Amino acid sequence: MIHVIHPGIYCTIQDKGRFGFAKMGIPQAGFLDSYAATMANILLKNRKDSAVIEITFGQGKFEFTSDTFIVLMGGNFSPKLNTFSVEMNSVHEVKKGTILTFGRRLYGARTYLAVQGGIQSDSVFKSKSYFSGITQPRLIKGDLLPILPAKPYLDKGFSKIREFHEHFSSLDLPCFPGPEFDLLTEVQKEQLLETFTVSEDNNRVGYRLHEVLENELEPILTSAVLPGTVQLTPSGKLIILMRDCQVTGGYPRILQLSDYAISRLSQKVAGDQVKFELMN
Amino acid sequence: MENYNLTYKPFGTSAILIEWPAKIDEKIIQDIISFEKLVAKEQGVVDTIIAYNSLTISYNKDTNYSTHYKYRNSYTKKVQKLTELYVQKRDHIQKSQKIWQIPVCYDVAFGLDLEAISKEKECSVVDIIDLHTQPNYLIYFLGFQPGFLYLGGLNPQIHIPRKANPRLRVEKGSVGIGGEQTGVYPKDSAGGWNLIGKSPIDFFNIQKPQPCFAKAGDYIQFEAIDLETFYQIYEEVNKGKYQPKFEWK
Repeated sequence: MIHVIHPGIYCTIQDKGRFGFAKMGIPQAGFLDSYAATMANILLKNRKDSAVIEITFGQGKFEFTSDTFIVLMGGNFSPKLNTFSVEMNSVHEVKKGTILTFGRRLYGARTYLAVQGGIQSDSVFKSKSYFSGITQPRLIKGDLLPILPAKPYLDKGFSKIREFHEHFSSLDLPCFPGPEFDLLTEVQKEQLLETFTVSEDNNRVGYRLHEVLENELEPILTSAVLPGTVQLTPSGKLIILMRDCQVTGGYPRILQLSDYAISRLSQKVAGDQVKFELMN
Repeated sequence: MENYNLTYKPFGTSAILIEWPAKIDEKIIQDIISFEKLVAKEQGVVDTIIAYNSLTISYNKDTNYSTHYKYRNSYTKKVQKLTELYVQKRDHIQKSQKIWQIPVCYDVAFGLDLEAISKEKECSVVDIIDLHTQPNYLIYFLGFQPGFLYLGGLNPQIHIPRKANPRLRVEKGSVGIGGEQTGVYPKDSAGGWNLIGKSPIDFFNIQKPQPCFAKAGDYIQFEAIDLETFYQIYEEVNKGKYQPKFEWK
């Protein structure tokens, strides 16, 4: 088990998300930084989509009540196992009774705690991903999360991957034209290629950007939106939808982020800059 | 049933958006619903989203397109396949369709905006309730929140613009009017619709194998109940004994 001693600011269990239920209005949810979460699972030789804990802005205190192997990947908030600092992006053997804590933020926004075999919590609609109204909204103090008994980890060198600096330092968000891209004026299309700033209003549902585009586009007839859809509001603000977004919306969908760009964006915090990199 | 001229657009690299003429129309939505039934069974399709004039199809993401050419090729093939499927589509409308009977208490305790609407429209509260309970509303699709039904068919006499200042908390079950739309809030949330009543039943219950009893293409009708009946049904719902009722159209 993993015992949640302190739930931090916002921690959830996530896997790749819930598919096939949009017809009922159920959002996908899933790893916000699927790149980091998937890599963590690969290092542990888990299935790529195994459930992990998504830890937003560090903090949180977890106790392992049995032996296991773990990987921490994504945002670096100076993790410690008991009193020892531990490296990100590598496999650690963890003994029963070990306590994981976090300290100062070095970079990023979301850290993934993956354990050997994945977190074994219940699935609801074929996914373990937390989403308020479908599952409990977030981890709370005292939660006990089932994990599998430790199996020998055969790679004695304990795999690690090099830090992927670009994932955190690059401003570029690779994206494609969205369904309403062609309705934009030439001026708007140029403005879109400038640098934007992430606003305070950013979470698992969406990231609002600070800058304002001149805009006279009317809302559209309500239609589908997806994680990574960039909406242009009547006031000219841009909203980038993230994994917890609803399934339909009424604002023009001007860009669509690549899957990787969603991962990169999810490690940005208010004040960080981003640039859309339009691919055709 | 007629076939429409559809527009296909890529929506990122793993979804395709298909668009029908941009209007709210019963025939269009029925066409989308029939097509969706076929598409959802296709190999590689992981999710579909129905809206007024569109169908969005999400495909398995496991393929990594190593080159632009490979992606383009795969997109073209999918569109070709969809075009063929659309031709094979059969009219799914059966002779009878479900009309869900939704109990709503229009007491001013719940219909917080009823009196204001009555003044604004110069129409008695009783008449507003009559206008609201008369139609069979078609469920166009579900979205916004789990279990939220987009309904068509609100009488134009009671179209009322959304409130300029949305309420921070609207209770689950509240029935409202926002512009040309009417609907029920499936859970407590913020909301800008004008509230006219409240339904004691669950529109989304995760405990049930089928959490939403209603689906796109069904109809619903609101049935006025008094406060006492409201609390009776509310009790039944809480005990898990209430079954939503329907009639055949």
